[in-house]
Amino acid sequence: MKVQILGTGCPKCKQLLANAEQAVAALGRPVEIEKVEDLREIMKFRVLTTPALVIDGQVKAAGRVLSPDEIKKLLGS
Amino acid sequence: MESVRGAEKAGTWAGLPLWLRGMLAAAGWWLIYRLLAPAAELVAYRLLSLPRGSHLGSSVAFFIFEAPKVLLLLVLVVFGVGIVRTFFTPERTRRMLAGRRESVGNVLAAALGIVTPFCSCSAVPLFLGFVETGIPLGVTFSFLVAAPMINEVALVLLYAMFGWQVAGLYLVTGLGVAMVAGWVIGRLHMERHVEPWVYEVQGEAEEAEPEKLDWPARVGRGAEAVREIVGRVWPYVLAGIAVGAGIHGYVPEGLLAGIMGKGAWWSVPAAVLLGVPMYSNAAGIIPVVKALLEKGAALGTVLAFMMAVIGLSLPETIILRRVLRLPLIAVFVGVVAIGILIVGFLFNLIF
Repeated sequence: MKVQILGTGCPKCKQLLANAEQAVAALGRPVEIEKVEDLREIMKFRVLTTPALVIDGQVKAAGRVLSPDEIKKLLGS
Repeated sequence: MESVRGAEKAGTWAGLPLWLRGMLAAAGWWLIYRLLAPAAELVAYRLLSLPRGSHLGSSVAFFIFEAPKVLLLLVLVVFGVGIVRTFFTPERTRRMLAGRRESVGNVLAAALGIVTPFCSCSAVPLFLGFVETGIPLGVTFSFLVAAPMINEVALVLLYAMFGWQVAGLYLVTGLGVAMVAGWVIGRLHMERHVEPWVYEVQGEAEEAEPEKLDWPARVGRGAEAVREIVGRVWPYVLAGIAVGAGIHGYVPEGLLAGIMGKGAWWSVPAAVLLGVPMYSNAAGIIPVVKALLEKGAALGTVLAFMMAVIGLSLPETIILRRVLRLPLIAVFVGVVAIGILIVGFLFNLIF
């Protein structure tokens, strides 16, 4: 499983990354987390707002900072 | 959804149906709001026994009344707008704008700029996403001008401090600036000043499916917006009101009439020039604006200042530099600044 956080480095993006890390740590499963900061890479996901959360190549949320609990649910806890 | 569920741990309150909770909250809000003026009187003049009409007394009374009032209005409107915005996602706005002709597109883009959630850190992805779908450059700019300039925080504060007429005028003229500025940029055919790689961007992934939200989830988003936005701007609101309170109490009436009044035509361009590089959110600037007005500054001048401060910001132009070349950025700032200038002169003429 792979989680990608799309964002160009704004405070919200960092918060989403932190929340994702927290969610993954709580799950205790090996999940790869990647921060995508390159604009061209971000645009490949067709998001209009950042930060965005991508799980296994699928955009799950854009423009919102999801809570660790919400991310856990998306990861299928 | 999460926040709603989180609240359920709070006990009986959360056991009540959503509509009942909404009504109770609204009633409580109204009650507190009505009690603010007498409470501020009581605290400033009875409890602190400050002499009526003194500098300190009027400053303190101003602060005690305005601070909770503005915060209450802010919570209410941010909550409401947070819910409205669950209906207007940027993806939906893009679909609505795709394939529009220019003039209609400019009008629609500016209007959608008000309700579509936007933060300046998303300006670039949004720009790219719009251009990628073939939305004309000018229409995209109408959106980019309107989105930060006309927002719920600015409108609430204007309403709270100056009444609905000024808030309405700000809304209408702000929309006008956004529409015309975007239209002008479109007419100038500046496409060649967009970084070339922008037009090569091709989305690969499928567009994310729109979220399906039920009403409790939408209300949860409203609460989320309150936590996020009010949580972020309240220090600015208080600081702005404190500065405003100081001006209210200590600066003599009519002092600013000479430099910022109607007679001084150059004060409008000066206000715009001063406002463009300054960056603050509406929450911090409006209480100051109110105090300036009281002391004789002209409405057009202070509105122009405010639009320049919150509509054009240095951080946003720096972010946009990644996709736009300097000539286009200069035109963007220039056209919007001229629009604001016209609004300022117009207001000074009418009022």
